[in-house]
Amino acid sequence: MTIKEMMETLGLRLAAGPEGMLDREITGVYCCDLISHAMAKLDSGNVWITVHTNLNVVAVASLTDAACVVVPENIEIEEQSINRANEKQVLMLSSDKTAAELSFEMISRIRKAE
Amino acid sequence: MGQVIIRDFEIPANDFTVAGEASSTVRKLLVQLGVAPDKIKRTAIAMYEAEINAVIHGHGGKAHVEISGDKITIVISDEGPGIEDLDLAMQEGYSTAPDSIREMGFGAGMGLPNMKKHADELDIRTEKGKGTVVTITVYF
Repeated sequence: MTIKEMMETLGLRLAAGPEGMLDREITGVYCCDLISHAMAKLDSGNVWITVHTNLNVVAVASLTDAACVVVPENIEIEEQSINRANEKQVLMLSSDKTAAELSFEMISRIRKAE
Repeated sequence: MGQVIIRDFEIPANDFTVAGEASSTVRKLLVQLGVAPDKIKRTAIAMYEAEINAVIHGHGGKAHVEISGDKITIVISDEGPGIEDLDLAMQEGYSTAPDSIREMGFGAGMGLPNMKKHADELDIRTEKGKGTVVTITVYF
């Protein structure tokens, strides 16, 4: 399943990053708000669900080659993070769903697609 | 890779606008050099944690990186307060990070354990009031 397909299925909105990267295949989902856990556990191509919207999220997503960051519950993303994500080509998506709902729905759909 | 590639970075204190930049630059370099992805990942995790520690705890510092044909060695040094009890600091979950840092998602007490887990060799020299030097080696 690609990022674009996931966005359409779950109604996610593009908040930052290049549209040209939306065709990337998603390899898995990781959900955690502790930076060190995310840094160690995120694999290349993973979706990272986190309530944090600070600059460190962009740095970790870039370093781990995550497919995208998904911010739940319509939490407003800091402007400096949006600018940095655009600069670093990190996709940041936004959703009105909770992190738990997003995790469940994404994993269900990825398993179904496999 | 016949010759040794050397890179040096400044790590500013408490500046999260550039935190992770040194690790990011090294990661890109390793990708360009064609290093195996799992080795790059382990290097990035260990170096990022050390870099962040220098930003948060060490009043900033320096990173010195040497890449040869068979390994990468990263030396991150700071002139911060030093680590009071290194054995305690190595335990998962132990952290001295203040609330303002925890609010950003740090302070899980996983920094040093992550370094130990992902580096092939980890050497930490620390002295109270003088600073800390962390040396990370990953073999390719």
